[in-house]
Amino acid sequence: MVGVKSIPSPAIAEERSHEADHPSSQVAHFGADQPLPLDCGIDLSPFQIAYQTYGELNADRSNAILICHALTLDQHVANVHPLTGKPGWWEIMVGPGRPLDTDKYFIVCSNVIGGCMGSTGPASTNPATGKVWGLDFPIITIPDMVRAQAMLLDRLGIDTLLCVVGGSMGGMQVLQWTAAYPKRVFSALPTACSTRHSAQNIAFHELGRQAVMADPDWHGGRYVDQGTHPHRGLAVARMAGHITYLSDAALHRKFGRRMQDRELPTFSFDADFQVESYLRYQGSSFVERFDANSYLYLTRAMDYFDIAADHDGVLAKAFAGIQTRFCVVSFTSDWLFPTSESRALVHALNASSARVSFAEIETDRGHDAFLLDVPEFFDISRAFLQSAGKARGLTGKGG
Amino acid sequence: MSVQEVLPLNGLATEPSGHYRADHLLVAEMVRPGSKVLDVGCGDGDLLQLLESRGIDGRGIELSREGVNRCVAKGLAVVQGDADTDLVNYPDDAFDYVILSQTLQATRQPRVVLENLLRIGQRAIVSFPNFGYWKMRLQLLIGGHMPRTENLPATWYDTANIHFCTIKDFVQLCDEIHVKMERAEALDLYGRPLRLRLPWWVWNLFGEQGVFLLSRGGRK
Repeated sequence: MVGVKSIPSPAIAEERSHEADHPSSQVAHFGADQPLPLDCGIDLSPFQIAYQTYGELNADRSNAILICHALTLDQHVANVHPLTGKPGWWEIMVGPGRPLDTDKYFIVCSNVIGGCMGSTGPASTNPATGKVWGLDFPIITIPDMVRAQAMLLDRLGIDTLLCVVGGSMGGMQVLQWTAAYPKRVFSALPTACSTRHSAQNIAFHELGRQAVMADPDWHGGRYVDQGTHPHRGLAVARMAGHITYLSDAALHRKFGRRMQDRELPTFSFDADFQVESYLRYQGSSFVERFDANSYLYLTRAMDYFDIAADHDGVLAKAFAGIQTRFCVVSFTSDWLFPTSESRALVHALNASSARVSFAEIETDRGHDAFLLDVPEFFDISRAFLQSAGKARGLTGKGG
Repeated sequence: MSVQEVLPLNGLATEPSGHYRADHLLVAEMVRPGSKVLDVGCGDGDLLQLLESRGIDGRGIELSREGVNRCVAKGLAVVQGDADTDLVNYPDDAFDYVILSQTLQATRQPRVVLENLLRIGQRAIVSFPNFGYWKMRLQLLIGGHMPRTENLPATWYDTANIHFCTIKDFVQLCDEIHVKMERAEALDLYGRPLRLRLPWWVWNLFGEQGVFLLSRGGRK
């Protein structure tokens, strides 16, 4: 076996495209009267936002927490994923008695606009043509994602969020929320993120996009019409991305130079090393659940993100006079969004006299640490939310 | 020989301190309720918790990652930072009070730090171990070695404290940079104030630490 194995079965492709239009979650439809104004100048209409909720909204609607998901994740935070059958991506964090306690808080997570799990994106059907949007879908940005979330919350009758939580691209959305709607965000927990995407990160994204577009099955983005999916290119993009989510130390600890099911090298390009086998698995399982064009759009949205640029190049201006309580968290071995980026954010927040906590957590697990079992992160998140709840006067169960 | 044997300290603080340190209670008493406070070198956040329990909006800076994470896990607004390098990031008049508790002697540039405290805050509250304390003097004079006390047990080669001073030295620095001393207290070994209005030289000899409430614009 050479390269990424398995062409995803047509049945899986069918399921995936069905999920894009008819998600196995709640959906909010926005008609012609409620277009989504995009940064690129286009009004997107109609569109839909797929979302999940956990816990109950209290009587005065003060216990709502919005989770913003990362690049390749979705709204299925704490339930079985409809395509993979695996547990939700943040069950370790969200649930009864967990830091994001569903007995206390009302948790909302929506699939981002441009995603492929039920919110309108390039994998959705364009109502004007009856065909999949593909590259006809307008370019979206992090502010567009947040604007769509704000419209969803209006629909749900939630004015002010107790907290907006998210890591990586989710953390970018958290920061955009505080910059765009400071009065609607009582507290914010941005994790493993930055106020702008670095040159190195843009470079990695470009590598991923080029891998997708170099796959002949991509067909200029019209692969659905051709009955194909650029799974090889997308898998390579995922493999490259996945390396950036880990760390040298974590890879060494997990795999070292160990061989995969063999004692000696095969003197071929087979996956001799465990680390190769692992990456191939990551690549091939990813393409079963993710749309290649959606990957292009969402990586682009992250690349364009730069809060300071929208405020005369001065980051502190984005947060001037802000009343939101912040807890910024970074991880020592995260080289995708290193601590220095969080520190720059904290300096800007200090300059705005914002109430900010900042913890750097020591771990060798790299960028993905925010998704893993890191007790110190749980303790900090739990205490921060409790403190925010207390300051907001949450009573009874939410107190 | 203890402080009590040397001085007729009728005014010594006797109120029970509960689970708070006596010097923290003194600092908290200097802060007007409802004000906004930055605690530089806030350690595990004990003082911040005391202040927040009194309705004060408290923030902290702490050098050690462990200290910061413990504070954040208590729900306190604390960031990792260094008094020498990170105070410049705060705007003028951002706080009513900036507290520097037992940290001045560990900074590289105490004078610059002090100036920054009074730029960021309307007032500063500074406490530090007094190197003029009689036990310190005695150890150097009789023992011939660098002093170590119950509160400063580190040896000279692994102490973080690089700029020790006496109460007298500190008063001199305040005069030099035109800082007004609104209130001064000398504390005994247990952090209790020597309440009596004693001359500076007595405080300099019998105070284990000094606590000063400072504001801008002193003599000259």
